[in-house]
Amino acid sequence: MEPFVTTIGRAVPLRRSDVDTDQIIPSDWLKRVERTGFGAGLFAEWRTDPGFVFNDDRYAGATVLLAGPNFGTGSSREHAVWALTDYGLRVVISARFADIFRGNALKGGLLPVQLPAETVERLMHLVETDPATAVTVDLGARQVRAGDLVADFALDDYTRWRLMEGLDDIGLTLRHEPDIAAYEADRPGWLPVTTPA
Amino acid sequence: MGRTLAEKVWDAHVVRRAEGEPDLLYVDLHLVHEVTSPQAFEGLRLAGRRVRRPDLAIATEDHNVPTTDIGRPIADPVSRTQVETLRRNCAEFGIRLHSMGDANQGIVHVIGPQLGLTQPGMTAVCGDSHTSTHGAFGALAFGIGTSEVEHVLATQTLPLARPKTMAVTVEGDLPPGATAKDLVLAVIARIGTGGGQGHVIEYRGSAVRALSMEGRMTVCNMSIEAGARAGMVAPDETTFAYLQGRPHAPKDADWDDAVAYWRSLRTDDDATFDTEVQLDAADITPYVTWGTNPAQGVPLGANVPDPAAMIDAAAREAAERALAYMGLRAGTPMREVTVDTVFIGSCTNGRIEDLRAAAEVLRDQRVADGVRVLVVPGSMAVKAQAESEGLDAVFTAAGAQWRSAGCSMCLGMNPDTMAAGERSASTSNRNFEGRQGRGSRTHLVSPAVAAATAVAGHLAAPTDLKG
Ligand code: SF4
Repeated sequence: MEPFVTTIGRAVPLRRSDVDTDQIIPSDWLKRVERTGFGAGLFAEWRTDPGFVFNDDRYAGATVLLAGPNFGTGSSREHAVWALTDYGLRVVISARFADIFRGNALKGGLLPVQLPAETVERLMHLVETDPATAVTVDLGARQVRAGDLVADFALDDYTRWRLMEGLDDIGLTLRHEPDIAAYEADRPGWLPVTTPA
Repeated sequence: MGRTLAEKVWDAHVVRRAEGEPDLLYVDLHLVHEVTSPQAFEGLRLAGRRVRRPDLAIATEDHNVPTTDIGRPIADPVSRTQVETLRRNCAEFGIRLHSMGDANQGIVHVIGPQLGLTQPGMTAVCGDSHTSTHGAFGALAFGIGTSEVEHVLATQTLPLARPKTMAVTVEGDLPPGATAKDLVLAVIARIGTGGGQGHVIEYRGSAVRALSMEGRMTVCNMSIEAGARAGMVAPDETTFAYLQGRPHAPKDADWDDAVAYWRSLRTDDDATFDTEVQLDAADITPYVTWGTNPAQGVPLGANVPDPAAMIDAAAREAAERALAYMGLRAGTPMREVTVDTVFIGSCTNGRIEDLRAAAEVLRDQRVADGVRVLVVPGSMAVKAQAESEGLDAVFTAAGAQWRSAGCSMCLGMNPDTMAAGERSASTSNRNFEGRQGRGSRTHLVSPAVAAATAVAGHLAAPTDLKG
């Protein structure tokens, strides 16, 4: 995973709540066996509408997505994260994220930033008024800055460290292999195995 | 202080706990399907890693498989490649796979319980959000993304932050005609699509205790639609009776040891939940959704709600969008909404009891003209069971299509889709925009309401058909 430190760029305002992963990446895209190329499918259905904000050139090249509350509900498809990052987004800002989406984002180097609804609203207002507004998301300081707005966000130290170092979770866990082996040695014998009964 | 059921199961699976870090949790059962696994296996290959415990994983083909002509190769080349990729990966890494046509093939959340692999007190994961289904057994079961699938394959563990706990208590008796599906739709309408965020829900109360295992699975299945990490029901005699004798259930002395442990898996009387919600079973009636998320639901007897009457601006805006998408007008009685398609199946309502409920309504009835009805069993074993009971004959005599097992029209990754503008009553779990095909419109209902709707041609309950 690429380390994440700071991103400075445009932000695209998506004024919708409960954006589900079926909308982020429709199911016909899930048949692919690769991890790349999903950007073209991002919001594929909504992008057929010329008025959709992702079709507005003023937000082209945005690295930050501003969304309504409850972003990423629905399916566990990590393809949603791959679509957002493949499109070029590095950060999603919302008042609330669905749990699985948030977990997937943190694995995929996409930073989910949770801010109070009023702050998200102020950010939306800023970038709608001036789409060229530079939005800075500073992971080290756990801060979002845009115009005269400065907002701190919460993220636990461990997750921040992992993101800033770009660490592979599996590698980290495998450092604890002896703990896993010790746990396994103690599991009750009646627990099932999947080998044919 | 006492602990909740979820906390007990969590604590029993902590491999490593360190200050300021997520807990490292052991995974007892890993369910795998073709859609969310290819990139995980590829990741293992690229890193030169093996699968730590292939004997704790089981795979099935469900999302892409056609439900007709299953003896022939999959026609869609992209779907075929994905299924073939799963077959290659399972062969290479030594994972048991139930392929199309196999007697145990089916939707991942139907086959785990059916084989007796899902047991109380376990941790179970799958690259699929409806893994919450398995919580019906008192297991802690949750959906994960593909990176986590890879992590579990490589380490049989997951680093996870401890979730919060929520009690959803439903006391009393469900009125006649109200089912587990109606109960959970009512719960979601109450707490909202994000209400369960960060929580594991434990369903409690006499109405929950009275549910069969199938009903409990329906309820836990839809926990994710309320935003919850997982849903659980404490194991009891109903659970043990369901499990006993299943292929992977413990046997003989092991059975006694297991049951003794399982009996300890209940929330202590002095335990506290972070959040508590109470519903009265007597208030629950057949429920239907009108919008594009599962929380946008009302009793069948109600009207399409009026966004203008909604105080919360975001809810109003979402409702306006939903009504425009669904082609509905505020104030229309839900019973007047006509459908083109009825889908009976999915991991929510594709088990034998669901098919029995639908067949009971369809017996000696005819599907309304112009309505297409698909009955898709959740697994090939459910299909065989239904056929042994003659349910297939009831469905076909009524004019419904009897299919083979798979996810089918729940998300339309196989050929079972709806055209733009088409409207369905569906026993599945998601009514998102385009879920059943681009531009399709979905009303979530119980199997009994789906069957009655098939006969009436508009949203209806079985009682509407009499007289
Ligand atoms: S039936 Fe539907 S919800 Fe269940 S696993 Fe299949 S696609 Fe997912």
